[in-house]
Amino acid sequence: MIKETDVVIIGGGPAGLSAAIALGQTDLKVLLLERDPFLGGQLVKQTHMFFGSREEYAGVRGFEIGNLLSESVKKFNNIEISFDTTACGYYNEEDMLLAVHNDEELIRIKFKKVIVATGASERALLFENNDLPGIYGAGAVQTLMNLYGVLPGKEVVMVGSGNIGLIISYQLVQAGAKVKAIVEAAPKVGGYFVHAAKASRLGIPIYTKTTVKRAFGKNELEGVEIISLDKDWNEIPGTERKIDCDTLCLAVGLSPLTELLWQFGCKMRYIPELGGHIPIRDGNLMTTNKDVYIAGDVASIEEATSAMLEGTIAAVSVSESLNFASQKLLELRDNAFKKLFDLRNGPTGEKILSGIKKLEEE
Amino acid sequence: MYEEKGYLELEELKERIPAEERLKKGPVAIIECIQEIPCNPCQSACNRGAIKEFKKIVDLPLIDFEKCNGCGVCIAQCPGLAIFVVWEDYSDSHALVKIPYEFIPLPEIGKEYDVLNRKGEIVGRGEVIKIQSLKTNPKTKIIWIKVPKELCMEARNIKVVDEE
Amino acid sequence: MRIKNHPILEFNKGNKITFFLDGKEIEGYDDEPIAVSLYASGIKTLSYSLKYHKPRGLFCCIGNCSSCLMKVDGEPNVRTCVKRARQGMIVETDRLVKND
Repeated sequence: MIKETDVVIIGGGPAGLSAAIALGQTDLKVLLLERDPFLGGQLVKQTHMFFGSREEYAGVRGFEIGNLLSESVKKFNNIEISFDTTACGYYNEEDMLLAVHNDEELIRIKFKKVIVATGASERALLFENNDLPGIYGAGAVQTLMNLYGVLPGKEVVMVGSGNIGLIISYQLVQAGAKVKAIVEAAPKVGGYFVHAAKASRLGIPIYTKTTVKRAFGKNELEGVEIISLDKDWNEIPGTERKIDCDTLCLAVGLSPLTELLWQFGCKMRYIPELGGHIPIRDGNLMTTNKDVYIAGDVASIEEATSAMLEGTIAAVSVSESLNFASQKLLELRDNAFKKLFDLRNGPTGEKILSGIKKLEEE
Repeated sequence: MYEEKGYLELEELKERIPAEERLKKGPVAIIECIQEIPCNPCQSACNRGAIKEFKKIVDLPLIDFEKCNGCGVCIAQCPGLAIFVVWEDYSDSHALVKIPYEFIPLPEIGKEYDVLNRKGEIVGRGEVIKIQSLKTNPKTKIIWIKVPKELCMEARNIKVVDEE
Repeated sequence: MRIKNHPILEFNKGNKITFFLDGKEIEGYDDEPIAVSLYASGIKTLSYSLKYHKPRGLFCCIGNCSSCLMKVDGEPNVRTCVKRARQGMIVETDRLVKND
């Protein structure tokens, strides 16, 4: 099957949905591809109230924001949503995007512009027996308990004290599990202090300068051995201690899912502050391929609020490039730029800003 | 240092705690948020305008303790669950602490439970006086706990054991 | 283990179904992935690694990592963390196909 459209949005998470909502206010024909049978991306498993500004849904629980955005998108007549559809390749000889629907039907898509909003995937950690059943990316445990109502284990050790590790530890207790420790290799807690405070007052100890040395268990995880690190991040012999657990969550960072961008021929650069290999892009989120725009975690590992703002910016920029941007939309983009600036304008935004600066360097 | 430990010691909260005379006058809110993060829903959470307007989204929240009457409406609206209400002179021997709570089973009114400090250590016992569920955010309950007076700056959580 | 009560969420499951894992009947729901039904039943081993036959289970549970591959209705290397279960489905462990 061949589909023709003006704009393809790849990914129905907060970035893709926000892009769709902006494009819904034009006369452009839009096709939104989503590999899951539902919209919302990572929002669907977030039970905590969001931060940021009230206008960007601060105080609203993540999964509720997902619902609100999804409902908004469905109202636009010019937006076609294709569920269970994975964008799997771009071949420039044919100038078509390939997608697979329902694991069986191949769709070839002719498009003018594409917004890649594919998000990111979880990283693993290297240690002995890191492949035992019971060792998960922290997001997997969040999917199991918040999306499907299944608790995979009762005694958990969390690796990583960034926002994901801290939030999921709290959510595990809400779901009825016991979190025995949060282990963090760095000397400081990585995420927002208030998230750490919520975990601390539950009695969950946070061990900084500590990492997992090995996991053990016959057929499934039965425990881990943790070890302290010195100021040069080397293991300190003799500081090993065991913690019995049936679940180990690795919340050790995300990597942007950029495969399609490589295929589109976008120039990529390795910038650790932004999450790894990411496409070079201008202020309007256009990559070095003038028909390809990006938004959300695929552009830089950040949060849902920035993903939503970037989705809006990319969508308006796409509309502008096709001469479909009304004054109202241009003002929407200006507003989004301002809010993105405000969001990053504090100590927690420094890492992203320095990463973005590296993008602009030769 | 809170960044290394993940919890605050009381000295690190000094500037956020109202003066002794105000604490004795009646219930008052204390926002235990000491890090500049992009977050501002608290500034519009107070019906009396006691939480000062932010200039930048990363500003730390500031309370006008004279305007604040300790009603606790803000408690369920802080995404970081960092707001508590403290009433030092609830009675001659006891203080009242209002905390946000998002767990089940909920405690029972009139029963006593272990109360925990910011580090999660059990520091004493407290009686649950009231459980509120506000329309703005019904899933974040506000629990009123009567604690021995000396615990009013320590008690920040309650331990409800699942009887199952 | 299925969560019965949750302080924030309500779980509205789809229709109950049964499928087969290596001949054994497993209960699940038609709106959850195969691996989720298995984990809810306490089964965490989905396959064995090709060379050393080490047990493997879920890692990412979102379709990215290939830790959950199993043979489903005769088709090898199916991502059971995203493939929804269907009534009567036949699921097998230890039937990964090696790409030479």
